[in-house]
Amino acid sequence: MLLLAARKWKGGWSGGILYAILLVSSLLCLFPLVHVVAVSFSSSHAAASGSVVLWPEEATLSSYRFVFRQRQFLEAAWISAQRVALATAVGFVLTGLAAYPLSREPREFAGRTLYAWYFAFVLFFGGGLIPLYMTVKDTHLLDTIWALVIPGAVPVFNVLLLLNFFRGLPRGLEESAKLDGAGHFKVLLRIYLPLSLPALATTTLFTMVAHWNNWFDGLIYMNAKDNYPLQTLLQTIVIAKDAQFSSIQDAAAMALISDRTVHSAQIVVAAFPILLVYPFLQRFFIKGIVLGSVKE
Amino acid sequence: MKASRWKNQWPLHLMIWPAVALLFVYSYVPIAGALFMAFQKFNPAKGVFASPWVGLDNFRYIFSMPDMGRVLFNTVYIASMKIVAGLLVPIAFALMLNEVRVAAVKRTFQTLVYLPHFLSWVILSGILIDILSPSEGIVNKAIAGIGLQPVFFLTDNRWFPFVLVTSDVWKEFGYATIIYLAALTSINPALYEAAEIDGASRWKRTIYVSLPGMAPIIVLMAALSLGNVLNAGFEQIFNLYNALVYESGDVIDTLVYRIGLEQAQYSVATAVGLFKSLVSMFFIVISYGLAYRFANYRLF
Repeated sequence: MLLLAARKWKGGWSGGILYAILLVSSLLCLFPLVHVVAVSFSSSHAAASGSVVLWPEEATLSSYRFVFRQRQFLEAAWISAQRVALATAVGFVLTGLAAYPLSREPREFAGRTLYAWYFAFVLFFGGGLIPLYMTVKDTHLLDTIWALVIPGAVPVFNVLLLLNFFRGLPRGLEESAKLDGAGHFKVLLRIYLPLSLPALATTTLFTMVAHWNNWFDGLIYMNAKDNYPLQTLLQTIVIAKDAQFSSIQDAAAMALISDRTVHSAQIVVAAFPILLVYPFLQRFFIKGIVLGSVKE
Repeated sequence: MKASRWKNQWPLHLMIWPAVALLFVYSYVPIAGALFMAFQKFNPAKGVFASPWVGLDNFRYIFSMPDMGRVLFNTVYIASMKIVAGLLVPIAFALMLNEVRVAAVKRTFQTLVYLPHFLSWVILSGILIDILSPSEGIVNKAIAGIGLQPVFFLTDNRWFPFVLVTSDVWKEFGYATIIYLAALTSINPALYEAAEIDGASRWKRTIYVSLPGMAPIIVLMAALSLGNVLNAGFEQIFNLYNALVYESGDVIDTLVYRIGLEQAQYSVATAVGLFKSLVSMFFIVISYGLAYRFANYRLF
């Protein structure tokens, strides 16, 4: 591909510098990620000796074997999967249902402006960490999966994104459907949602990624570590270095794995679903983000 | 007339109410809670209705804390550097990427650089802690390789803010580039052709065609970023800092976390949070006002 680019090139030395800067900065961006993958597949000895750069040395799957035998790690991954599924479903329904009325003109929907400000206000002002925690506690969500789903169930940003998309759709279809006797619910379900696939793909991707990545709510709303989602558990292990988890006791295993290679493997496993998802949705996503960029 | 309007519109109210109710409980109730708790000596056993009122004592206390000035400074300092770098780097990268004429190459670069945006700060911090480690990290191995002393990136107050800003740029610049690139693609190619015929060099075309073409979106992003002047990036700092770098890295949000959830001084933490929310709202309103005035930007 680069050769192709070079052949088309007419720009002389300034073009060469340009390509060099682009190439170097892109590689610098990826370097830490590739390095951590290489460490995760290397033996503890090779990793400690500093010989691992971008390719595994003394390649082994031992770290991954260790990670996939940790019951708590697997259970945390399952909790994360559940929260993503629940939050995506709940968020999808709530976003669609809220965006449609908000996309009406005020004369079609009395109170539309008031409702819109009611939604937008939470983007400007929040009660802060402690009052939210108290509310989650008082509504008895602590230590349940719903603590990870319900408090942020209305993604206001997604609602705004979708309502602006709805407003850009041609009104003709809707009017003829209404003449045929279709009500608001039918118009939303049969016309607006099918026509909004790019925007819906974008908002759904945002929701899924945000929920897979969210670690902080797990940290504050879960008292029992057994209830941690994956990213929270990862935070506890890799960042907070909770001693409970840094116990590679098996002497035979120690020869091949260390905290460092195991942490790297855990990081790679936790990042893997994201790497899997994002290239596929890219086509929709770029459309959606451009639309979102005009309306932040 | 009124009745027929209701007949037409009740489904719209029905649709919006689930979201309205949830926002009420998890956004508006906490706001009300903050307005109580910040002026009380809050006791969770008694709740907001029975806890004793203390007037402005919590606010007096927080502004008499010896660390407060430093924390405010760190917050604004780190956030401002991130705002500036977060504007300049993506603009520069978009301008360079725009010069790449082969669509597939352009897209490949773009896809590679916005990957970190999608990874959490837990993952990125885990990686940073590994590569920046003074003993085992690859960065310090390289530094040792050219004969220099190891750098304690995450425990040295001279380096820590720099690490925060650089790693924030690493995570976000690729994603921000998308927006500027979209603006560049919508510039009329005839303008470039005309400039070329007039003998404008690549540099001149960038200055006189590309930059003016991007100007509206640059103004918009700059205006909106003003609202982040107190957001130094809690998730990033929380996962990278430690007691050794409180001096240069402790910010309002991390302080609220430690006071509130580690020391259980609920009212003090709430007062700090409320103070931050109020100042932030002031900046956000200004930023949206500017965005509306100069870029005709509207939320809905």
